[in-house]
Amino acid sequence: MKGLNLITVMAVILLASSIAAPGSAVAEEKIIIDGSTTVGPIAKAFAEYYMSKNKDVNISVSESGSGNGAKSLINGMCDIADMSRFMKDKEFAAAIDKGRTPVAHVVAIDGIVMIVHPSNPVKGLTVAQVRDIYMGKITNWNQLGGPNVEIVMISRDTNSGTYETFEKLVMKKEKIYEKAEYVGSNGAVRQRVQSTPAAIGYVGLGFVDRSVKALEINGIVPDMNTISSGIYPIARPLFMFTDGYPKLGTHLHRFITLYLSPKGQEIVEEIGFIPLTKY
Amino acid sequence: MNDRILELTDKDIRNRLLMSKGTQRHRRLGALAGNAVLITIASSSLVALLFIFYFIIRDAIPFFQLEGIGEFLTSSRWYPSREEAEFGALAIFVGSALVTVGAVIVAVPMGVLAALCLSDILPFSMRQVVKPVIEMLAAVPSVVYGFFALVVFAPLLQEKGGGLLSVGALIVLVPISIVGIGVASDLIGARFRGGARGIVRVTSAVIMTVIVAIALFLLNRFLGDLKIVSGTNALNASIILGIMALPTVVSVSEDAINAVGRELREGSYALGATRAETLLRVIIPAAKSGIIAAVILGVMRAIGETMVVWMASGNAARIPQPIFNYLEPIRTLTATIAGDMGEADHVTGSGRYHVLFAMAFCLLVIAFVSNLISEMILRRSKRKLGG
Repeated sequence: MKGLNLITVMAVILLASSIAAPGSAVAEEKIIIDGSTTVGPIAKAFAEYYMSKNKDVNISVSESGSGNGAKSLINGMCDIADMSRFMKDKEFAAAIDKGRTPVAHVVAIDGIVMIVHPSNPVKGLTVAQVRDIYMGKITNWNQLGGPNVEIVMISRDTNSGTYETFEKLVMKKEKIYEKAEYVGSNGAVRQRVQSTPAAIGYVGLGFVDRSVKALEINGIVPDMNTISSGIYPIARPLFMFTDGYPKLGTHLHRFITLYLSPKGQEIVEEIGFIPLTKY
Repeated sequence: MNDRILELTDKDIRNRLLMSKGTQRHRRLGALAGNAVLITIASSSLVALLFIFYFIIRDAIPFFQLEGIGEFLTSSRWYPSREEAEFGALAIFVGSALVTVGAVIVAVPMGVLAALCLSDILPFSMRQVVKPVIEMLAAVPSVVYGFFALVVFAPLLQEKGGGLLSVGALIVLVPISIVGIGVASDLIGARFRGGARGIVRVTSAVIMTVIVAIALFLLNRFLGDLKIVSGTNALNASIILGIMALPTVVSVSEDAINAVGRELREGSYALGATRAETLLRVIIPAAKSGIIAAVILGVMRAIGETMVVWMASGNAARIPQPIFNYLEPIRTLTATIAGDMGEADHVTGSGRYHVLFAMAFCLLVIAFVSNLISEMILRRSKRKLGG
């Protein structure tokens, strides 16, 4: 009987302390960001920098695709929606219906780069050739001056802003050939291309590294200057959408205007995107 | 002492030995309350299932009202994101079926043989080690399998695909052919008598070995020359799904084979049957229903798997040319639902939103029906073996 009492007392004390403990946490402000896998790295870098300067804010970044980001913002599940494309009319209308006004902030400029395996001898293509590849009209690398291997087309799934931009600027209303493979993120495209010699895919500029080879499009090399000046044909702005313009002075406002500061532009450039201004 | 006993009256009995009316009522109410709580908890799972069915059917019906069932089931042009959207899901159904068949081919022979091994052939101490290892396969999260399939297995198939396939084929076919040649030469030799029998057995074995060796060599060369251009295809997904379904098949088959019982085995051995004859002629037929149930459970596991096929099957909505070409990318129902979920907002595209529910409904129906069939088969087998 005595042992039982002791155990009961210990259990009650443990229970009480576990209930009391969370209550003692500091009341933090939370910012929830969701959306594009292209803009995600920018949001994450901004969040890290901002949280290191402001200890009382907790910023969480998810990357579930531009479409999902828009949906979260419309439903009020996130404060900032990262999108690598502008909101569609229908999404805008849905947001207004639910009482939210999306406001676009352009945080960086991005180029969509066509990448191939480093062993692929092809140096560059025209936009028309890329379109023909993805339409299935050109099926073998030897039609483009490469080895006699069937082309493996990698595309992003339809959730993604990168896909939407590719469809708008390259495919121009044509259907993508049904043999194209779909993957879920920029990183996955790069992973597929770097391990498959016959593959071609498209990623945002920030995802190009030594493990893949970037193609010239219409003879223009994709880099900072050609993209920001608009010479490179497949370029797009990257957005962060908020519900209305954030109230001046709040953490959300200071975070969302981070890209205007020199530090923000420096972060954008470090990740591999094009900053908006020459800071 | 005797006086005390004689002093017990009716009143004493009623007061001290019988339960009072109040206590009786409390006990009855307590039992009732307890029953009610337990029934509520048990039926909550049924209620959850009914809710799922209701909500999925409710959102799937608008698709069939909007687009009709014809295009969905017969066309293989899947372009849900375009202005004039096309919702032909035939290629996706075929993709799911292909991957499931592939997984069954990988999991069932290996699984049933492993179950036989575990129950009848391995010594008990080894079984204690091997069974937990097989069950560990079931503990690996499916996204880990998908990650492995995408990052390790796909490049492996691309670089050494032909070699891998030929080695795999050899591993499977060489033991089978050894056993087959032995059995076949015995059967042929049995037609002769006396000394001729031995000579016929040996010569027929030698001839068959030569033929099989040449066939295997040619197969090896054909497979070794195969160039797998893209490692994310139906083969990749099938193999990984087969490995995922393996523990289920092994566990349930082993339970079925064990349930056959010692009596049947002892009777067979007592009649002079060898172990091979006992296993093939007595035990497997007796455990047949349980093994079929195990296969159906493995099929359900393969059909419902999402992460592996989303990452490793290529997601191309196209029926492979020819249909048994496993080296082409395919798309499954589950991966389509997972992949299209974000864009398919209720407001931005009704057909696109509801077609996913239509696919979910098809998956539910398939899972439900196969579950029912496997339950019926299991119940019949239990009744046959006497509980």
